Formats: sequence, C-alpha cells, structure tokens
Amino acid sequence: MTSMTSTDGQGVAVQLTGLRRTYGALNALDHFTLHIAPGELVALLGPSGCGKTTALRCLAGLEDPDSGRIEVGGRDITSVPTSRRDMGMVFQAYSLFPHMTARQNVEFGLQLRKRSTQERRTRAADMLDLVGLSDQADKYAHQMSGGQQQRVALARALAIEPQVLLLDEPLSALDAKVRTQLRDEIRRIQLTVGTTTLFVTHDQEEALAVADRVGVMRAGHLEQLAAPEELYARPTSEFVADFVGLTNRLPGTAVDGHADVLGGRVPLLDGSATSGEVMVLVRPEGIDIAADPAGDATVLSGSFLGAHGRVTAETAGGHHVVVQVPSSAVAAYPPGTRVRLTARGDRALAVRAE
Amino acid sequence: MSGNRAAARRKQDVFRWVTIGVCLLFFALPLYGMLEFTTRGPGGTRSAQTWATLLDFGKVSAEYPALKEGFLASVGLAVLTVLIMLVLLVPTMTWVRLRLPGLSRTVEFLCLLPLTVPAIVLVVGLTPVYAWVTYLLGESTLWLSLAYVILVLPYAYRSLDAGLRAIDVKTLAEASRSLGAGWGTVMMRVILPNLRTAVLSASFLSVALVLGEFTIANLFSRKNLQVAMYELGKSDAQISIAVGLAALVFGFLVLFAMSFVGGPRSATAAAPRLRRTRKESP
Repeated sequence: MTSMTSTDGQGVAVQLTGLRRTYGALNALDHFTLHIAPGELVALLGPSGCGKTTALRCLAGLEDPDSGRIEVGGRDITSVPTSRRDMGMVFQAYSLFPHMTARQNVEFGLQLRKRSTQERRTRAADMLDLVGLSDQADKYAHQMSGGQQQRVALARALAIEPQVLLLDEPLSALDAKVRTQLRDEIRRIQLTVGTTTLFVTHDQEEALAVADRVGVMRAGHLEQLAAPEELYARPTSEFVADFVGLTNRLPGTAVDGHADVLGGRVPLLDGSATSGEVMVLVRPEGIDIAADPAGDATVLSGSFLGAHGRVTAETAGGHHVVVQVPSSAVAAYPPGTRVRLTARGDRALAVRAE
Repeated sequence: MSGNRAAARRKQDVFRWVTIGVCLLFFALPLYGMLEFTTRGPGGTRSAQTWATLLDFGKVSAEYPALKEGFLASVGLAVLTVLIMLVLLVPTMTWVRLRLPGLSRTVEFLCLLPLTVPAIVLVVGLTPVYAWVTYLLGESTLWLSLAYVILVLPYAYRSLDAGLRAIDVKTLAEASRSLGAGWGTVMMRVILPNLRTAVLSASFLSVALVLGEFTIANLFSRKNLQVAMYELGKSDAQISIAVGLAALVFGFLVLFAMSFVGGPRSATAAAPRLRRTRKESP
C-alpha cells in the first residue's frame, strides 16, 4: 500500500503537537504528536480507550484539547470552530440526515457554502457516482443498507472538497464482507481525490490494509508510527508486537544481537534486550513445524482459516506456541502428534524475562 | 385440547367486547346527555337552534360577547403557550442531550414536577409573580400563557423526549457541524425536521390542555373559554353545554390527529437507530 500515493496534490499537511485532553482523572491524550503529510492516509490503531477517537475529534474541532496545537496547511486552527475547519467526516454511527434523500445529504454542505443549484446537482451526482450509488440518489437513509449509507456519508464528506478527511471507525457496524469491500473503496477514492486522511480504527487488518502509515496508540500517546509492513515486521515495543498481529512469547537467551530460541537462532530488532534470559516475540509464520516422534512439542489443536491454517502446540517447557501452516497441512498435525518446532530466523523483538 | 382452546378464545373475545362496550358507554353516555340537552326544543321537540346559533359567529359575538372574548383568549393562549413551550424546551433539551447529558435527570425532574403540584397550589405560588406581571405587562389574559407553559411542561417534555430518543442527535449535530453548519442551522435544518412528529404531539397536547383549563384562569379572574362557559352556564345552560361539547369533540379530534400526523416521517427518523444495532449487507 505504501507504494500507492496520491498524485494530484490536493492534500494539505496536518500537524498535531503536544495535544493533551483529560476527562477527570483519565488522560485521553497525553502530549500526543502526529504529522500527516499532504495526501497521506494515516490510520490510528489501538485498543478501546487509547485516545485515537479523541485525537480525531480534536482535529475535527468536536473536542477542545486542554493544551497543544493543531495546524492544517500551516495554519493554526486550534481554536477555530468545527463549522469553519473545512473537514469532511464519516462517523461510526450512521449519520445521514433521515429527512433528506441521498442527493440532498450530499448537497447539504454545498448549500451551506452558497453554491448554485446547478453546481450542487452536478457535484452531488459526481460524488454519488464516485461511491457507486448514482442509482440511489433519491432514496432516504432508511431505504438503504448500512454499507450504502456509509458510502453516501463518504460522498457527503468529500462533496465539500475538504482539506482533511476524517474517518471515525466508519466500517465497524458493517459485516465482514461489506467491510472489506468498502475499505478498499475508501482507499481507492482517497487516492483518486488525494485528500489528506486520518482513519481511526480498532481493526488492525483494516489499518494495515488501507493506510500509508499506521500509528499504534496506547494510553493517549503514539507508541509507534510506521508503514504497515515495518510496523508488522519491526515493532519497537512489546505492546506493538502484541497488538499488531499474533505473537508467541518464547523464552530464549540473548547474545550479541541474537537470541537462541526454539532450537534456532534469530537476529534481534533494535530496542531488544541484548543479553541474558529474555522472552522472544516470534510471529506464527516465523516458526517451522515438522512431525517428529522425537520432537519435544505436542500438538494441541489445529484450525483452518481459509488461505492458511494454524497449529497450536505445547513445548516441553509448557509454553503454547502458535504456528502458521498452509491450510492443506493442518490435517497433517492432529492433536497429540509429536512435533519439532524451529524458529526460522526472522528478526524478532526480545524483552527482558520477568 | 383444541376445543378447550377455542372456548378460551371465545371467552376472551366476549370479555374484550364487554370491556370495550363498558368503556364506550362510560365515555359516550355523558356526551349523549349533552347532545340530547342541547337539542331540546320547546314542548318536548328536537331543535338544532342552539347549534345553529353556535355556528353563527356574528350572532355569538352579538348575543354572547363573553363567550367570544373567552374563545379568542383561549385561542391566543394556546398559540402563545405552544410557542413559548417550543422555544423553551426544544433548544434546552437538545443542548442537554448534546453537551450536558449529566443534567438530563434534573431537567426531567423539573419538567415533570408540575404533575405533582395541584393547580390551586400553583396559583398561590404564582400570585405574587402575577402581581408583578400585571404591574409590568398589563392585565391581558394572554399572560396566563406563562403559567400554562408550566402546566404543559410534563406532557410536552415526554413527547419531545421520545422524539429526541428516536434520533441520534449527537451524531446528526456533529455531522452537520463538520459540513459547515452553525448551531442555528443545526437546529432549524437538521434537528427540528426530524422532531416534526414530536413537536406536533407536544403542540397538540398543549393546545388540548390550554383549551380545557379552568382553575387557574378562574382563580386569577381571567376570562378564557372555560371560564366564559362556566359563567354562561348560569344564564344559558344550553349554549354553555353546546360549547362544552364542541370543545370536547375538538379535543378528541386533536388527540386523534396526533396518532396520524407525521407517521411515515417518524418511521424515517427511527430507522437509523434500529439499523445501528445490526450488521448490514451492501
């Protein structure tokens, strides 16, 4: 995804600096800083309550930060009201105005900008065409499915040619198939219009699939901000490694930038514990499995996940290890099979053993 | 087994119709009595003279000036009460829902409080206030609307609250704000159109209540329709009862209309809320 970048240069840079927002004793944002390049799509990912939605709402002007600075296109908008921020927003809840048709919803922002009827009609038709709903223009929200409503909401947000597009978990109310379709469409449309976009989600697959960069948030601050593949392959903290993708925590010994684990040797990522007893965080696809009557692990279960499968085994030390295998291979490891597990040698993060 | 079930169902049907019949009798008999009384002619005959008089506004004005005065005052009071109630309640309730949800219980308590206060107590409490109202604004009957707003608060609050619960006010307001709408536009073009049914219900209930109010007006020595009817009843009972029956029928019609007006729109408003709870197909 990172190779796909917008080309028409419509986007503006966004800079959030040192944002702080508290709710009583809770620090929703704790000196939160984020830079989004023009035309870039940044996804904020994190568990519930980590502050990702608060950050987006501060940018939208729907929340006032206690301190910090918000700049869009080099202009300080920290105290500019929501209605003058020129941002398009798609909400988690369906937000179409129930008393208006899809077309009227899309035209709403343009009406407020005193555009001519002809211009409004043309723009609304273009936007509905962009989201593939030209034939639904005269329908009301209750006559459309959830996926269609969110597409219209996206068209409505884009119709005003916003400086920044804000997406607040727009797919979370949709079923898995629609969610995948719509997230791909959002990315296609974002690349087409080139609007700088902040996408908030708790779904890591969604974030990794659509974003140029993904920011993982924890307790009100950014834990790591990186391109999806970098985030996955080179997490800088235990939290990121745990939160993004599946991770096995296996005991090992660190020596000179390497760790001995599961009978293999893996190079360690920057920021790892460099010596002594450590826990090595190894991805399921970073471990080889082979049936071996003399092996020191026993298969506990196997699961078929479509394109691939997973086998869970227990080592002699009592650690549960999840291994990714081709889906056709799951049946080869029935529960009780003795297997040999070997770390493949991908770079991994090691943390001090507790 | 099925025979027993059929017998039980018949029994239920009979019970249902008997109940409905008793209720209809309970409501219809007094109305019939009023109608019978107002159509009595000389010498035991039937006559529509009273109703003909009532429908002739010029004649009513000439022969019963107090009735005309009371009727016009009640219409004015109904309009003013509805306006003040809407201006007071709609923005307040919307704002509380948007920005001060912690206050919703307090606002609900305050709005429902008049239900527990008898009209006579209300009058005692309002007497010094109305001394100032009379001093500052004059003796017009229309100022009773200030007290009537308090009376209609519980009913109007319930209607508007149901309307606000049926839509996601916060998301709609935020969506329109993000598109460039100021608070005035949010209220007039987004919130109010989706509260149409609730606003109409609150207004109808208020009108029905104001048209039927007697105690406060009488105790404050103001003349509204009910007071005029009461006074007229001492000299011309037939016309007084006819006006009472007409007012009752009008009240029924207003309440009946409430259950139909804005039906499809309310379904429109409720749809997103219902949909939010389930997964969707494309």
